Amino acid sequence: MDRRQFVIGIGAATLAGCGDSRSHAQAVYMLVDTSGTYALEVDKAQAIVSYLLGTLQSGDSLAVARVRSRSFNEKDIIAKATFDSRPSQANAQKRAFKEAIDSFTRSAKGSAYTDITGGLIQGAMFLNETGAGRKTILIFSDMQEELDKSTVRDFPIDLKNIRVVAVNVVKLKTDNMDPRRYMGRLDDWQKRVELAGAAEWRVINDLEHLDRILRS
Amino acid sequence: MQTQAWMIVPGNAALSALLLFVIAMPFLYAARRPVHEFVRSLGHLAHAPLRLLSHALYAAAQGMRYRNREVLLAHGREETEQHIAREFERIAVLVKRDLEGYPALQQRLLAEITRVEDDYKKCGEVPPPPPEWVEAVEAVAKVKNGNELVQRVLDEINRAIKEIHDRMLKEYRGAYEERHKILNGFMPFWRSLQHTLSQADRRVTSLSDRAGQIDAQMQKFEGIVNKTPEAEHALTVSAATQLAVTTLVLAIATGGALINYKLIALPMSEMVGAGDYLTATLRTSDVAALVIIFVEATMGLFLMETLRITHLFPKIHGLPDTLRRRLMFAAATLLITLAGIEAALALMRDMLIADKAALLQSLATVQQHAPADGWMARIPTAGQMLLGFILPFALAFVAVPLESFIASARTVLGAALVAITQGAALGLRLTATLVKALSRLVITFYDIVIVLPLLVERLVKRAPKAAAFEVDDETLAARRH
Repeated sequence: MDRRQFVIGIGAATLAGCGDSRSHAQAVYMLVDTSGTYALEVDKAQAIVSYLLGTLQSGDSLAVARVRSRSFNEKDIIAKATFDSRPSQANAQKRAFKEAIDSFTRSAKGSAYTDITGGLIQGAMFLNETGAGRKTILIFSDMQEELDKSTVRDFPIDLKNIRVVAVNVVKLKTDNMDPRRYMGRLDDWQKRVELAGAAEWRVINDLEHLDRILRS
Repeated sequence: MQTQAWMIVPGNAALSALLLFVIAMPFLYAARRPVHEFVRSLGHLAHAPLRLLSHALYAAAQGMRYRNREVLLAHGREETEQHIAREFERIAVLVKRDLEGYPALQQRLLAEITRVEDDYKKCGEVPPPPPEWVEAVEAVAKVKNGNELVQRVLDEINRAIKEIHDRMLKEYRGAYEERHKILNGFMPFWRSLQHTLSQADRRVTSLSDRAGQIDAQMQKFEGIVNKTPEAEHALTVSAATQLAVTTLVLAIATGGALINYKLIALPMSEMVGAGDYLTATLRTSDVAALVIIFVEATMGLFLMETLRITHLFPKIHGLPDTLRRRLMFAAATLLITLAGIEAALALMRDMLIADKAALLQSLATVQQHAPADGWMARIPTAGQMLLGFILPFALAFVAVPLESFIASARTVLGAALVAITQGAALGLRLTATLVKALSRLVITFYDIVIVLPLLVERLVKRAPKAAAFEVDDETLAARRH
């Protein structure tokens, strides 16, 4: 190591020491339910993705995945990106992301079952890998989980330090007959998520207030 | 129950308190001397250090005042010396410019005056007097009438005289006309003379004004050298005014720096990344933008120093002229380069904002019509680039008010510090006096409380006559204290 390299090394080390080691980036994993009649709501999911693309900054991560009969699979991720630190590159990435989502909404097909838990586990893994300081899972679903007989999801999951936000939780026909079913469904999910160590549980049904998605 | 445990007469607090007081009174009387000593010692304990501290603060304030005065006068002296030197330089320029041509001016004046004199002399020339034959005519006229020959001669003479008279009159009129013409020709000379004289007068007046200014500066300088209170006061007031003015100018410059920062903060994220943070809220790109602005200000400072406009770094002034000039060119080059970079960054900012706006528009559910990309849309871009280029140079001039700010702040803050120290010293002294008075008050109050045993003591001593005026040793000591 010559003298010049030494000076550069000392300078870099000093600057690294000065830097804030905590991550200020945030990561969002959005689960889009495409099962049964909820597949018709996919346009609203597109609007939410557009909002997220407009709000997330350079260094942030975003992934959108569909909820199908079995959702614990990377193949269910429609698009994912960690936006470049340069704003111009980040904008280009956002455009490509939007195109991928547009393509998905045009060709979205319904599934027989709804595996929300599998999607949550997959989302938690993705978010933890990003190393972001603030992690959020958005569940765009009616929160009615339906699993086939061979799918096993009745075990504790880990959602430590992750915010979970349920968006556009529409009421089913049966909920209309007995609203307690709807309330009970949401309460069950809240308990399950909080038991998994989630930082926050929130339900947003009014899409006019999307700003609450990323706000604590 | 517990709160009533002290009551000797249950249910009667007043009587219980009175009984307790009566019981305690002999003990209080017995403890009079030690209690007095204790209170006095306490008062002294607080009073002495407070006074000492007050003295120390006064001394420190005096020291600071002396130091401030020395610095102020030295600074004022240096400033006045510079002013006087500058005035002398101006006078030298005036003398060189105006009085250098004075001999030529004088020669021109003399030539004009000589010419006027010659012309004047020409004006003074009168036609020759009538010929001497007038006397002959007078002699002929005395000859008796009646002689035809004489009559004829006289007629002839009359005719000749008339002829001569007419000719003379004509010549005379011609001569006057000539003189009038010469006098008429005087006017341009007079005007030229007046112009030359007023020009000379103006120059002399200008010199006189400069001399007056030097006189005023010299008077000020003498006051500073003699360290008069008037000179000190004038310098302090001047420093306060300077501080106010420079603070205002620096506030305006800070506003300019803020605008500059806004111009380059966003594009800097394109260069150093937008996701890095130095602290919880401080982005690296923001710090980088600030650093660029500070570097520009520093380059401006060096430029002003090397141009000898400011005098913040004596080492730069001590450099050889060649080295100083090199430093000046280096600072100017860096400043121009940074200004160019800023202009480019301002352009990039505009492009980034336009890109972001296009992205947001494409993300919007309701599509909006994009504004036409005409020449009007390019005005803000050009404006931003121009601002980006100009602001670094404007920031460079901050060095001038900064120097005045530092110099005047030293004086004003020094004076404020002296005032605060003196105020603190006064407060401490006042507290010391109050503590001393309070200890006396407590001693007197103690004696009032045990007045009954004191009266008994006096009666026992049997000194009825002088009782009203006599005081015991304790009271005397308390009063002395």
